[in-house]
Amino acid sequence: MTSATDDATGPVLAADGTPLKRSLNRALRRQKLRALMLVAPLLLFILITFILPIGDMLFRSVENQIVSETLPRTVVALEDWDETTGELPDEAVFAAFHEDMVIAADQKLHTRLGSRLNYEVSGMSSLFRKTGRRVDRMDTDQPFRDQFIDVDKDWGDVETWSAIKLFSPEYTPGYFLNSVDRTLTPDGIEKRPEDQRIYVSLFWRTMVLSFTITFSCLLLGYPVAFLLSNLPLRSSNLLMILVLLPFWTSLLVRTSAWKVLLQDQGVINNTLVAIGILSDDGRLALINNATGTIIAMTHILLPFMILPLFSVMKTIPPSYVRAAKSLGATDWTAFWRVYFPQTVPGIGAGAILVFILAIGYYITPELVGGTSGIFISNRIAYHISSSLNWGLAAALGSTLLALVLVLYWLYDKIVGIDNVKLG
Amino acid sequence: MLDQTSDDAFVAFDRVQKSYDGETLVVKDLNLRIGKGEFLTMLGPSGSGKTTCLMMLAGFETATHGDILLDGKPINNIPPHKRGIGMVFQNYALFPHMTVGENLAFPLEVRGLGKSEREEKVMGALDMVQMGEFAGRRPAQLSGGQQQRIALARALVFEPELVLMDEPLGALDKQLREHMQFEIKHLHERLGVTVVYVTHDQSEALTMSDRVAVFDDGRIQQLAPPDVLYEQPENAFVAQFIGENNKLNGTVTARADSTVTVDLPNGLTVDALAVNCGDVGAATTLSLRPERVFLDQSAPNRTTGHVQELIYLGDHIRCRMSVAGNDEFVVKVPNAAGHRHLKVGETTDVSWHTEDCRALDAS
Repeated sequence: MTSATDDATGPVLAADGTPLKRSLNRALRRQKLRALMLVAPLLLFILITFILPIGDMLFRSVENQIVSETLPRTVVALEDWDETTGELPDEAVFAAFHEDMVIAADQKLHTRLGSRLNYEVSGMSSLFRKTGRRVDRMDTDQPFRDQFIDVDKDWGDVETWSAIKLFSPEYTPGYFLNSVDRTLTPDGIEKRPEDQRIYVSLFWRTMVLSFTITFSCLLLGYPVAFLLSNLPLRSSNLLMILVLLPFWTSLLVRTSAWKVLLQDQGVINNTLVAIGILSDDGRLALINNATGTIIAMTHILLPFMILPLFSVMKTIPPSYVRAAKSLGATDWTAFWRVYFPQTVPGIGAGAILVFILAIGYYITPELVGGTSGIFISNRIAYHISSSLNWGLAAALGSTLLALVLVLYWLYDKIVGIDNVKLG
Repeated sequence: MLDQTSDDAFVAFDRVQKSYDGETLVVKDLNLRIGKGEFLTMLGPSGSGKTTCLMMLAGFETATHGDILLDGKPINNIPPHKRGIGMVFQNYALFPHMTVGENLAFPLEVRGLGKSEREEKVMGALDMVQMGEFAGRRPAQLSGGQQQRIALARALVFEPELVLMDEPLGALDKQLREHMQFEIKHLHERLGVTVVYVTHDQSEALTMSDRVAVFDDGRIQQLAPPDVLYEQPENAFVAQFIGENNKLNGTVTARADSTVTVDLPNGLTVDALAVNCGDVGAATTLSLRPERVFLDQSAPNRTTGHVQELIYLGDHIRCRMSVAGNDEFVVKVPNAAGHRHLKVGETTDVSWHTEDCRALDAS
């Protein structure tokens, strides 16, 4: 059956004279088709319910068509205006603006535009609402400039107009700048006022807390995983069930349990006071701060550290440590020089799992984090469901994603992703 | 070399017992003395306690009762890393995250040797096993036989006086295994270290050892040099476990100085060497090596055999026949010039010398 010629001058041929590669591909085509058919339902499901909506959501972080759609004539007229002169736009701009606003007010679109521009310059929302109510009653024969200034003196301010011009393009970096506490002004990118800078410190806190949680999980999980992997099968199975037990209880229930335990008058504080370690007015603040978030999330994410560690440790034969000892190493040297390096892939897998889960965690910080223990994801949720500033939410989400990817890249550089294994 | 007196024994097990669960004894009352420079093999089926004994000597298991002495000093309470015993493991246990050179330097490093001295010794050990060029490789890049040599070099590099080997050749194929047997043997001769070797492979035990301890059921069944073990087994287990053996069950009917007369179930009466059998009336097992049976009437104990099966093995022909009610009676016919050509179904004479037939305990 092997008539494939091993001729150095040409491609290897199959028995019937076709190139071997092509006939191999043909032979494998059915298998590939089968594999594709098997994954197709899930692939479509994910594409329609997950990837497309997320893509749409991320697109909102730069999308800004509302200005040019609501005020099409104004945007065109503003193109000729040079804001650096410090003079107001000419009458043609005001006329175009009047025309746009009449239509907008009629369709009740001006309030949405006002809210949008309010993200960038405060006061815009009320300005547009006020103007929208009066734009119908304006005298079309008189110059519009004075009439608008009459409605609100902000229309006589160059800043107002330059803000409209600045955010008239269809795409804007405004949301992303906002997500890193910057803002776009006619003079370029500037820092936001000090009292409005919250996101950078929130990103930083999210990182620091996630690192802390990952480290605590490692510290608490490593000995447990070690014990588990060295016990006889029967007892290790029982312990494993205890490790997995939290998975069988609702996340909400577990988090609420921490509330009961950690609060000011809670079990831990009361016990410590009762046995005299703490005085009654010296109760520990364990909840509604970063401490609460760290304690509760370490508990919740611990299994994700233990399981990869366990499965890696399980594959390390006890003969390695024995060999090290027989070669003269003390218990500690044998552990540190021989056992520990072989568990690094498990630490890598567990750490990356816990860290990535922690960085996007929402419900636990929300419930036990108070104000100083919340994560960036809580802010994203707030913008999605309360402030309805989806553009900013999308920008914050994208920034978080980018941050995670950068960390992943760093991780690959330092640890090497090939060194990560789950068993 | 074989020094049986306790004063000179390098390694001594003194009434050692071991139990894991407190109910059954894995090692029952072990007494064993190993001389300096000796190559002693612990041979036995799995679960016979041989590996447990080795682990107790290495310090990874504690003896439930009894003393283990190394060079005259009890070592029961000395942790493994202070015993200074080299060990070769079944799966080699080369540290996968270190290169071959680092693996070999490890025991020297923990002993605080300087860098240049370390390198010198590592190279020396690698040259000893003809692996000098492989210092920079990782264990995973080596073949099984090469890994085995590195494991050997690592166990020897810190110059221990005692080296333990736990089925070190178990994972190798037959040819390589035989080759490595000779290499280990030669290393032992050259370095003069004491070796305690555990295996379940009897040919390995016979080729390499000065003495072999046959383990079964937590006890040493026989401790003897290989030739004695094969030719003069002391009980039915050893006779059956070492080499091929024909077993005939019978009853002792008369007893002279060193021989007994045994009645076999089919009415045959034979004489046998009294080794480990009871008095008149006791049941006994007769042990007879296949190559000590003649296909004629030249020897004093004679009967007939019915040929059941012939297997051609090149240098000899293995003939299974039915003799005295035993269907598994095997005779080896050497493929010499003009040997007898047997046929299946044929009946032939068989005979053997009294001293080749050993009367052992009933099993």
